[in-house]
Amino acid sequence: MVPLSWYLMLAAFLFSCGLYGALARRNAIAMLMGIELMLNAANINLVAFWRHGVGPMEDLTGQVFAVFIIGLAAAEAAVGLALIIAVYRERRTIDVEELDILAG
Amino acid sequence: MQLPLGIEVPIPTFEQFVFLQVALLTAVAGLAVVTSRNLFHSALALTLTFFGVAGVYVFLEAEFLAISQILVYIGAIAMLIAFAIMLTRSMMYGRTSLLNHQWGKSSLFAFLFFIGLLAFARATPWPEAGEPVIADEALISALGKEFVTTYVIAFEVLGLLLLLALVGAVMLARDR
Repeated sequence: MVPLSWYLMLAAFLFSCGLYGALARRNAIAMLMGIELMLNAANINLVAFWRHGVGPMEDLTGQVFAVFIIGLAAAEAAVGLALIIAVYRERRTIDVEELDILAG
Repeated sequence: MQLPLGIEVPIPTFEQFVFLQVALLTAVAGLAVVTSRNLFHSALALTLTFFGVAGVYVFLEAEFLAISQILVYIGAIAMLIAFAIMLTRSMMYGRTSLLNHQWGKSSLFAFLFFIGLLAFARATPWPEAGEPVIADEALISALGKEFVTTYVIAFEVLGLLLLLALVGAVMLARDR
Protein backbone atom coordinates (compact mmCIF):
# COMPACT_ATOMS: atom_id res chain seq x y z
CA MET A 1 0.00 0.00 0.00
CA VAL A 2 1.39 3.37 -1.00
CA PRO A 3 1.14 5.92 1.85
CA LEU A 4 -1.12 8.93 1.36
CA SER A 5 1.73 11.39 1.93
CA TRP A 6 3.55 10.13 -1.18
CA TYR A 7 0.60 11.06 -3.38
CA LEU A 8 0.40 14.44 -1.65
CA MET A 9 4.10 15.09 -2.22
CA LEU A 10 3.81 14.22 -5.92
CA ALA A 11 0.76 16.48 -6.23
CA ALA A 12 2.57 19.29 -4.39
CA PHE A 13 5.48 19.04 -6.81
CA LEU A 14 3.22 19.05 -9.87
CA PHE A 15 1.21 21.99 -8.49
CA SER A 16 4.37 24.01 -7.82
CA CYS A 17 5.65 23.28 -11.35
CA GLY A 18 2.33 24.44 -12.75
CA LEU A 19 2.34 27.54 -10.55
CA TYR A 20 5.81 28.47 -11.77
CA GLY A 21 4.79 27.85 -15.38
CA ALA A 22 1.61 29.91 -15.09
CA LEU A 23 3.41 32.82 -13.40
CA ALA A 24 6.76 32.94 -15.16
CA ARG A 25 6.27 31.90 -18.78
CA ARG A 26 5.99 34.54 -21.46
CA ASN A 27 3.92 32.49 -23.88
CA ALA A 28 0.16 32.30 -23.33
CA ILE A 29 0.00 28.61 -24.35
CA ALA A 30 2.79 27.78 -21.88
CA MET A 31 0.78 29.53 -19.15
CA LEU A 32 -2.24 27.41 -20.06
CA MET A 33 -0.09 24.27 -19.76
CA GLY A 34 0.89 25.37 -16.26
CA ILE A 35 -2.77 25.69 -15.35
CA GLU A 36 -3.45 22.18 -16.69
CA LEU A 37 -0.63 20.86 -14.47
CA MET A 38 -2.21 22.52 -11.43
CA LEU A 39 -5.62 21.02 -12.23
CA ASN A 40 -4.04 17.58 -12.50
CA ALA A 41 -2.30 18.01 -9.15
CA ALA A 42 -5.59 18.96 -7.51
CA ASN A 43 -7.20 15.89 -9.06
CA ILE A 44 -4.51 13.58 -7.66
CA ASN A 45 -5.20 15.03 -4.21
CA LEU A 46 -8.96 14.55 -4.53
CA VAL A 47 -8.66 10.93 -5.61
CA ALA A 48 -5.96 10.17 -3.00
CA PHE A 49 -8.15 11.56 -0.21
CA TRP A 50 -11.10 9.57 -1.55
CA ARG A 51 -9.04 6.38 -1.48
CA HIS A 52 -7.73 6.97 2.04
CA GLY A 53 -10.92 8.42 3.47
CA VAL A 54 -13.72 6.74 5.37
CA GLY A 55 -15.75 4.20 3.37
CA PRO A 56 -14.36 4.67 -0.16
CA MET A 57 -16.73 1.98 -1.49
CA GLU A 58 -19.85 3.82 -0.27
CA ASP A 59 -18.88 7.48 -0.61
CA LEU A 60 -17.62 8.22 -4.11
CA THR A 61 -17.62 12.04 -3.79
CA GLY A 62 -13.86 12.34 -4.39
CA GLN A 63 -14.07 10.57 -7.74
CA VAL A 64 -17.18 12.53 -8.72
CA PHE A 65 -15.33 15.80 -8.06
CA ALA A 66 -12.37 14.58 -10.09
CA VAL A 67 -14.65 13.85 -13.07
CA PHE A 68 -16.13 17.35 -12.77
CA ILE A 69 -12.65 18.85 -12.76
CA ILE A 70 -11.69 16.88 -15.87
CA GLY A 71 -14.80 18.26 -17.62
CA LEU A 72 -14.04 21.80 -16.48
CA ALA A 73 -10.45 21.46 -17.68
CA ALA A 74 -11.71 20.49 -21.12
CA ALA A 75 -13.99 23.55 -21.24
CA GLU A 76 -11.18 25.79 -19.99
CA ALA A 77 -8.70 24.49 -22.57
CA ALA A 78 -11.20 24.97 -25.42
CA VAL A 79 -12.07 28.56 -24.48
CA GLY A 80 -8.48 29.47 -23.55
CA LEU A 81 -7.00 28.23 -26.80
CA ALA A 82 -9.78 29.86 -28.84
CA LEU A 83 -9.00 33.15 -27.09
CA ILE A 84 -5.29 32.70 -27.79
CA ILE A 85 -5.96 32.04 -31.49
CA ALA A 86 -8.28 35.07 -31.69
CA VAL A 87 -5.63 37.26 -30.04
CA TYR A 88 -2.98 35.89 -32.38
CA ARG A 89 -5.11 36.82 -35.43
CA GLU A 90 -5.51 40.35 -34.11
CA ARG A 91 -2.00 41.08 -32.79
CA ARG A 92 0.29 38.52 -34.46
CA THR A 93 1.74 37.61 -31.06
CA ILE A 94 0.74 35.63 -27.98
CA ASP A 95 3.50 37.03 -25.80
CA VAL A 96 1.62 38.05 -22.67
CA GLU A 97 4.03 40.90 -22.00
CA GLU A 98 3.06 42.56 -25.29
CA LEU A 99 -0.67 42.10 -24.77
CA ASP A 100 -1.34 45.30 -22.86
CA ILE A 101 -4.18 46.97 -24.78
CA LEU A 102 -6.29 47.04 -21.64
CA ALA A 103 -3.51 48.67 -19.57
CA GLY A 104 -4.25 52.35 -18.97
CA MET B 1 18.02 -0.73 4.72
CA GLN B 2 20.94 1.08 6.42
CA LEU B 3 22.60 3.94 4.57
CA PRO B 4 26.26 4.86 5.39
CA LEU B 5 25.40 7.97 7.43
CA GLY B 6 23.21 5.98 9.77
CA ILE B 7 20.00 6.99 8.01
CA GLU B 8 17.33 4.34 8.22
CA VAL B 9 15.46 3.91 4.92
CA PRO B 10 12.52 1.50 4.89
CA ILE B 11 12.69 -1.00 2.04
CA PRO B 12 9.78 -0.24 -0.31
CA THR B 13 7.36 -3.00 -1.16
CA PHE B 14 7.00 -3.93 -4.82
CA GLU B 15 3.90 -1.76 -5.22
CA GLN B 16 5.68 1.20 -3.65
CA PHE B 17 8.70 0.61 -5.87
CA VAL B 18 6.56 0.71 -9.04
CA PHE B 19 4.69 3.77 -7.71
CA LEU B 20 8.00 5.55 -7.13
CA GLN B 21 8.97 4.98 -10.76
CA VAL B 22 5.61 6.26 -12.05
CA ALA B 23 5.81 9.26 -9.72
CA LEU B 24 9.38 10.01 -10.81
CA LEU B 25 8.33 9.87 -14.48
CA THR B 26 5.40 12.20 -13.77
CA ALA B 27 7.50 14.65 -11.78
CA VAL B 28 10.34 14.80 -14.32
CA ALA B 29 7.85 15.28 -17.17
CA GLY B 30 6.04 17.98 -15.18
CA LEU B 31 9.31 19.79 -14.61
CA ALA B 32 10.14 19.50 -18.32
CA VAL B 33 6.80 21.14 -19.18
CA VAL B 34 7.79 24.37 -17.46
CA THR B 35 11.53 24.38 -18.19
CA SER B 36 11.72 23.21 -21.80
CA ARG B 37 12.95 25.86 -24.22
CA ASN B 38 10.92 24.55 -27.15
CA LEU B 39 7.19 24.98 -26.66
CA PHE B 40 6.40 21.85 -28.64
CA HIS B 41 8.66 19.80 -26.36
CA SER B 42 6.67 21.25 -23.46
CA ALA B 43 3.46 19.96 -25.04
CA LEU B 44 4.95 16.48 -25.46
CA ALA B 45 6.17 16.49 -21.86
CA LEU B 46 2.67 17.54 -20.82
CA THR B 47 1.28 14.49 -22.60
CA LEU B 48 3.74 12.30 -20.70
CA THR B 49 2.68 13.95 -17.43
CA PHE B 50 -0.96 13.15 -18.21
CA PHE B 51 0.01 9.51 -18.78
CA GLY B 52 1.85 9.46 -15.45
CA VAL B 53 -1.16 10.92 -13.65
CA ALA B 54 -3.35 8.24 -15.25
CA GLY B 55 -0.91 5.68 -13.81
CA VAL B 56 -1.26 7.28 -10.38
CA TYR B 57 -5.05 6.90 -10.68
CA VAL B 58 -4.55 3.20 -11.34
CA PHE B 59 -2.56 2.96 -8.10
CA LEU B 60 -5.47 4.69 -6.36
CA GLU B 61 -7.91 2.09 -7.79
CA ALA B 62 -9.81 4.73 -9.75
CA GLU B 63 -9.79 2.97 -13.12
CA PHE B 64 -12.64 4.97 -14.63
CA LEU B 65 -10.71 8.17 -13.92
CA ALA B 66 -7.54 6.72 -15.42
CA ILE B 67 -9.37 5.99 -18.67
CA SER B 68 -11.10 9.40 -18.61
CA GLN B 69 -7.74 11.02 -18.02
CA ILE B 70 -6.28 9.39 -21.13
CA LEU B 71 -9.38 10.07 -23.25
CA VAL B 72 -9.96 13.67 -22.22
CA TYR B 73 -6.51 15.00 -21.38
CA ILE B 74 -4.36 13.17 -23.91
CA GLY B 75 -7.01 12.64 -26.55
CA ALA B 76 -8.48 16.13 -26.46
CA ILE B 77 -6.55 18.69 -24.43
CA ALA B 78 -3.00 17.73 -25.42
CA MET B 79 -4.13 17.52 -29.07
CA LEU B 80 -5.76 20.95 -28.82
CA ILE B 81 -2.62 22.45 -27.30
CA ALA B 82 -0.42 20.90 -30.00
CA PHE B 83 -2.67 22.34 -32.71
CA ALA B 84 -2.74 25.76 -31.06
CA ILE B 85 1.06 25.79 -30.93
CA MET B 86 1.28 24.93 -34.61
CA LEU B 87 -1.44 27.48 -35.55
CA THR B 88 0.17 30.37 -33.73
CA ARG B 89 3.75 29.75 -34.86
CA SER B 90 4.73 30.54 -31.32
CA MET B 91 7.90 28.51 -30.91
CA MET B 92 9.74 31.81 -30.44
CA TYR B 93 13.07 30.65 -31.77
CA GLY B 94 15.74 33.24 -31.29
CA ARG B 95 13.96 35.01 -28.47
CA THR B 96 16.24 36.16 -25.70
CA SER B 97 14.09 34.63 -23.00
CA LEU B 98 11.04 32.43 -22.66
CA LEU B 99 10.35 33.88 -19.25
CA ASN B 100 8.80 37.19 -18.33
CA HIS B 101 10.35 39.77 -16.02
CA GLN B 102 8.83 38.31 -12.84
CA TRP B 103 10.28 34.80 -13.28
CA GLY B 104 12.71 35.21 -10.37
CA LYS B 105 9.98 36.08 -7.90
CA SER B 106 7.71 33.42 -9.40
CA SER B 107 10.29 30.65 -9.05
CA LEU B 108 11.05 31.65 -5.47
CA PHE B 109 7.33 31.73 -4.65
CA ALA B 110 6.68 28.36 -6.31
CA PHE B 111 9.66 26.82 -4.49
CA LEU B 112 8.57 28.14 -1.09
CA PHE B 113 5.01 26.98 -1.82
CA PHE B 114 6.35 23.51 -2.60
CA ILE B 115 8.41 23.41 0.62
CA GLY B 116 5.37 24.51 2.60
CA LEU B 117 3.10 21.85 1.07
CA LEU B 118 5.81 19.22 1.57
CA ALA B 119 6.23 20.09 5.23
CA PHE B 120 2.44 19.95 5.64
CA ALA B 121 2.17 16.58 3.90
CA ARG B 122 4.95 15.11 6.02
CA ALA B 123 3.96 16.59 9.37
CA THR B 124 0.28 15.68 9.36
CA PRO B 125 -0.49 12.21 10.78
CA TRP B 126 -2.41 10.71 7.87
CA PRO B 127 -4.14 7.35 8.23
CA GLU B 128 -1.71 4.53 7.47
CA ALA B 129 -3.65 2.76 4.71
CA GLY B 130 -7.04 3.24 3.17
CA GLU B 131 -9.85 0.76 3.59
CA PRO B 132 -9.81 -2.03 1.02
CA VAL B 133 -11.42 -1.18 -2.30
CA ILE B 134 -12.41 -3.73 -4.90
CA ALA B 135 -12.03 -1.88 -8.17
CA ASP B 136 -14.43 -3.66 -10.50
CA GLU B 137 -17.53 -2.92 -12.55
CA ALA B 138 -19.62 -2.44 -9.39
CA LEU B 139 -17.52 0.60 -8.43
CA ILE B 140 -17.89 2.18 -11.85
CA SER B 141 -21.65 1.56 -11.94
CA ALA B 142 -21.93 3.04 -8.43
CA LEU B 143 -20.07 6.10 -9.76
CA GLY B 144 -22.53 6.32 -12.65
CA LYS B 145 -25.48 6.09 -10.23
CA GLU B 146 -24.03 8.96 -8.20
CA PHE B 147 -24.05 11.12 -11.32
CA VAL B 148 -27.73 10.57 -12.06
CA THR B 149 -28.96 10.71 -8.45
CA THR B 150 -27.07 12.80 -5.90
CA TYR B 151 -25.12 14.97 -8.31
CA VAL B 152 -27.63 15.16 -11.15
CA ILE B 153 -27.94 18.97 -11.13
CA ALA B 154 -24.19 19.55 -11.08
CA PHE B 155 -23.83 16.95 -13.82
CA GLU B 156 -26.40 18.64 -16.06
CA VAL B 157 -24.85 22.05 -15.41
CA LEU B 158 -21.44 20.64 -16.35
CA GLY B 159 -22.90 19.34 -19.61
CA LEU B 160 -24.44 22.74 -20.35
CA LEU B 161 -21.16 24.46 -19.48
CA LEU B 162 -19.23 22.20 -21.87
CA LEU B 163 -21.72 22.89 -24.65
CA LEU B 164 -21.55 26.65 -24.09
CA ALA B 165 -17.76 26.56 -23.86
CA LEU B 166 -17.47 24.72 -27.17
CA VAL B 167 -19.94 27.06 -28.92
CA GLY B 168 -18.10 30.01 -27.43
CA ALA B 169 -14.75 28.63 -28.55
CA VAL B 170 -16.00 28.28 -32.12
CA MET B 171 -17.40 31.83 -32.01
CA LEU B 172 -14.14 33.24 -30.65
CA ALA B 173 -11.80 31.46 -33.02
CA ARG B 174 -13.78 31.72 -36.24
CA ASP B 175 -12.36 33.82 -39.04
CA ARG B 176 -14.28 37.06 -39.46
